[in-house]
This record gives sequence, structure tokens and C-alpha cells, in this order.
Amino acid sequence: MLFNKFIIVIAVLIWFILIVTALLAPFLTPFDPKVGSLGDRLKPPCWQNGGSSAHILGTDLLGRDVLSRLIYGARISLLVCMLAIVVAGCIGSLLGIISGYLGGWVDIIIMRVVDLALSLPVILLALLFGVLFGPSFSNIILIISLVLWSQYARMARGETLKIKGRDYVDLARTAGCSDASIMWRHILPNVAGSLIILATLQVGTVIIIESSLSFLGVGIPPPTPSWGSMIAEGRSYIVSAWWLCMIPGLAILFTVLSVNVLGDSLTELLNPALRREYVS
Amino acid sequence: MQRYISRRLIQMIIALFLMSVIVFLLGRLTGDPVSMLLSQYSTEEDRVRITEQLGLNKPVLEQYGIFLFNALKGDLGKSVAGDNRPALALILERFPASLKLALVALIISTLIGIPLGVLSAVRRGSFLDALARLIALLGQSLPAFWLGIVLMYFFSVKLRLLPTSGYGGVRHFILPAATMGLFTVAAVTRLSRSSMLEVLDSEYIKLARIKGVSEAIVIWKHALRNSLIPVITFMGSFFATMITGAVVIETVFSWPGIGRLAYESILNRDFPVMQAVILFMTSLYILANLIVDILYAWVDPRIRYTNE
Repeated sequence: MLFNKFIIVIAVLIWFILIVTALLAPFLTPFDPKVGSLGDRLKPPCWQNGGSSAHILGTDLLGRDVLSRLIYGARISLLVCMLAIVVAGCIGSLLGIISGYLGGWVDIIIMRVVDLALSLPVILLALLFGVLFGPSFSNIILIISLVLWSQYARMARGETLKIKGRDYVDLARTAGCSDASIMWRHILPNVAGSLIILATLQVGTVIIIESSLSFLGVGIPPPTPSWGSMIAEGRSYIVSAWWLCMIPGLAILFTVLSVNVLGDSLTELLNPALRREYVS
Repeated sequence: MQRYISRRLIQMIIALFLMSVIVFLLGRLTGDPVSMLLSQYSTEEDRVRITEQLGLNKPVLEQYGIFLFNALKGDLGKSVAGDNRPALALILERFPASLKLALVALIISTLIGIPLGVLSAVRRGSFLDALARLIALLGQSLPAFWLGIVLMYFFSVKLRLLPTSGYGGVRHFILPAATMGLFTVAAVTRLSRSSMLEVLDSEYIKLARIKGVSEAIVIWKHALRNSLIPVITFMGSFFATMITGAVVIETVFSWPGIGRLAYESILNRDFPVMQAVILFMTSLYILANLIVDILYAWVDPRIRYTNE
């Protein structure tokens, strides 16, 4: 349907804008996102009464420009998200491939740990770790990775098991390749495809987890802007200053919506039937 | 079947055991609980006295043993923030609220989600299909806390139709249940749709059609029953997720449930309550998953044998 293609194009556009603004944040923000002028508190966005074109999306309770905070928040959220997924993905995939390829008691131990990790409630654990280890940029990445890695491990192991019995693996082993080099050169490239799909599908979830944690106060610490904490701060002012809650929320919504649309199209596109194997 | 059950039971006990160790250790890893109880006027004697009273001067292993022993007896410690009530009593007091909210959301998701998902699969490409896919997408993409705030803003503040927070009559349920409901409906719709699509594609359905069975019976009698199996079993584990993941929604609506209790106790460093709530919630979660797995294996024999 033409409508579908239209939606996908919009999603790509949104993400393109997002990434560009996140990268160029220091050049795009008219005001400092962390410091505000108290004389300008709680100004509405420019299309309302009392708003000015100086602050297009208004200011928050400390006089900080909402647009600047939004742009910086995008940068932070995307950064946290990407790093968390990369960390979780690398560790999880590594463990999964090792577990699947080596089998035996290594497999059993790793899978028990993965089962345990998967059986624990996500937000609760993230909350617990967040409060105990204190909110900070690196802690958030570690925490989100901690609750995420097991999914990669499970998928990596499943895919590894499928590939383990293939001819080229046997040939490599006969030729004398070590386990490590087989895993690196033969298993990994073929497993990577589905892992990358998993990663793209998780981006939205991670963004929501990060903003939920920031909302609860255990995510990115103030004054660094994060969309979640912006919403939390704006909550007390929702009656008088609705834009403080609405705008970051809409930002989260459209970001996650776009990535989910793209992710869904990607999975439809990259059906297993179309995947090519790398027999190096 | 029995081998499967005993295997899963052992796994569950190990998981619970490990969870208790993790909770216990985490609580003690960060910050000294005694310092938090003392004020600036306390003397060294007070410190020693409280340390002994709480049993914190014993070796860690012994502390853990005492913790475990008491936990199995039902004594999960007393709250150190405020009124010294036993932690278990606090949990049991707040649990019904979370349970009711989760039940309401579950009922909504069943009544709306399953028909929507099934019809979306049966009539692909129709308006209903598009609507179902839209709802599923929105449920995945909306942050729960924001939706709660937005709904609260429109219905409580602007329209003054519903109360913003608190726990009481039916009116108090509507907004939190609607918020939670959207996410559960989205998940159930998605699952029942994909499950129905898979079933409709299977051999026995094709055979039924070839046999000449009417399309209506094919769909509503044969396909539907088979597609519902994974959905119903999923909802079991999802129920536990709803209760444990309701932290955010309960915080937004000031709902007196265990999610908010967990959040508050963690923030207040209310040690014993925090341990107790986390243990309780994870046990619930693990137990629910176990029941669901067993149910699934009972209904679908293939699961028992492939899950080596």
C-alpha cells in the first residue's frame, strides 16, 4: 500500500532529523540546556499568548529553553540507548555463541544464568540497580545492559546451534582451525544478521526504559536533560504549563514510533529465506 | 510430564534462591544501614547497640542464614522508615490494589485484544486489521508514564470527569486501568494476530478447507481454538509482568500498590521492606512463569520433549 511506504518514509525522515540534531546539538541549541535565567521561567511556546520567538517551545521552571533541552535530551537518550545496546549485544552475543558452540557444561551453566536473568522483572531490577548504584551516565548504560544482555545470549545460542552442523564449520575444524577462530570467522558473521535485527527492534524499548528510569529519578541525573526527567519535572506544572510534559512526551512517542515502524519493515524485509550465508 | 514439572520446579527453586542471595547482597553492598538509622546526636554506644540489635555484626553468611530462615517462617523484617510495621504486613496490605488493577487490565485486554487480533488475522488488509496494527504499534511506542499523565490531564484536569489519583470506587480505576489496558491490549492483539496467522497457514486447516468444511467453521471452530493456546498461556506470564511492572503507572496515579511500595522503599533506603518487596515480586513472577510453562506443556505435548 502506498500509505505504508509513506509512513516508512516519514519514519526514516524523523530518524534522520533526530540523528543529525543529536550530532550537531551544540551548534543548534540557541540556549544553554542546563542553565536558565529565572526571569524567563515558565514561558509558553511561541504560538501561545505570552510566548516569544526567542523560546520557540517555551521555558521550564528554571527558565531553561525547552527546545534546547529537547535537542540535548535527544542526544543523551540516543547515546545511552546505542551504547547500552552495543554493550548488551556484544556481551550477550559472545556468551551465546560460546555457549552454543562449545556445548557441554559451559552451555549448561551459561544457559542457567540466562534463564535466571530472563525470569526477573525488568523495570524492578533496573530501579533497584539505579537507586543502589546511583544515577549517572555510565551507570544507566550498565544497568540497561544488565537487563538486556540475556535476550542476545539466547538468540545467539539458538542461531549458533543452527549453524554448528554446517559443512564449512566441519571443514574448518578438520583444517585445524581453533575453536576461537571458527567462532570468530565463521559463526559470528552468520549469526550477526539476526542479532542486528534484534538490536534494532530493541532500540524503542530501551528508549522507553531509559525515559521511565529518568522519570522515576534513577536515570540520568539533573541538570543534564533527559526526556523522561523533563516530564517528571513538568508534572507539577501540568495545569499551568502543559508544554513541559507534552512536548518531551511527544518527542519520545514519535522517536519510538518511527524506530518500531522501521524495525517492523526490516523484519518483514529480511525474512530468513532471504538471508545469505557467508562461507569465507 | 512429571519429569518436566520436576525439572522446572527445581529450576524455580534455584532461581528463587539465587534471587534471595542477590537481594540480600545488594542491600548490604551500598551504604551502611546503621548510619542511616542514626542521627547526628547518636553516640558510639548507640551505634554498637543498634548494630547488635540488627545483627549486623555477625558474619555475612550467618546474616544470610538468619534472613533466609526468617523469610521461610514468614518474618521478612520490619520497616525502618516510619512506623516499624512488619514488612510482610505492608506487602499484603498493598498487594490487593495491584492485583485488582492487573485483573481489570487483563479482562479488558482479553475482551478487546483477542477479538481484535483474531479478526485482524482473518480479515487481512481490512480497516480492522489496520486498526489492530495501529493499536499494537502505539502500545509498543508510548511511554506508560506519559500516557498516564496525558490522560490525567485531559480527563481529570480539563474535563473534570475523573479523579486524578487515589484508590476507591470504580471511577478511580478507570484512568490507571485504561493506561495499563492499552499496553496489555496491544500485546494481546499482536500475539493473537500472529498466532492466528500461523494457525491459518497450517496443514490441518488446509485439509479442512479441502474437505469442504465451511469457512466459518474452519475459522471459528478449528483455527480459533488452536491459536488461543499460546495467547492464554502468554497472558499468565504477562499478568505477573503487569503486577511487577506497574511501578511507573502506580507512581503516576498514586495507586497504593506494591509497585509503588517497592519504589518508595528503594528511595527511602527502607532496607527490610525493599528486600521483602523485591523478593515477593520476583517470587510471584517466577511462580507465574512456572505455572504458565507447565500449563503450556500440558496443553501442547511437543513442548515437553523439545525442551531438553
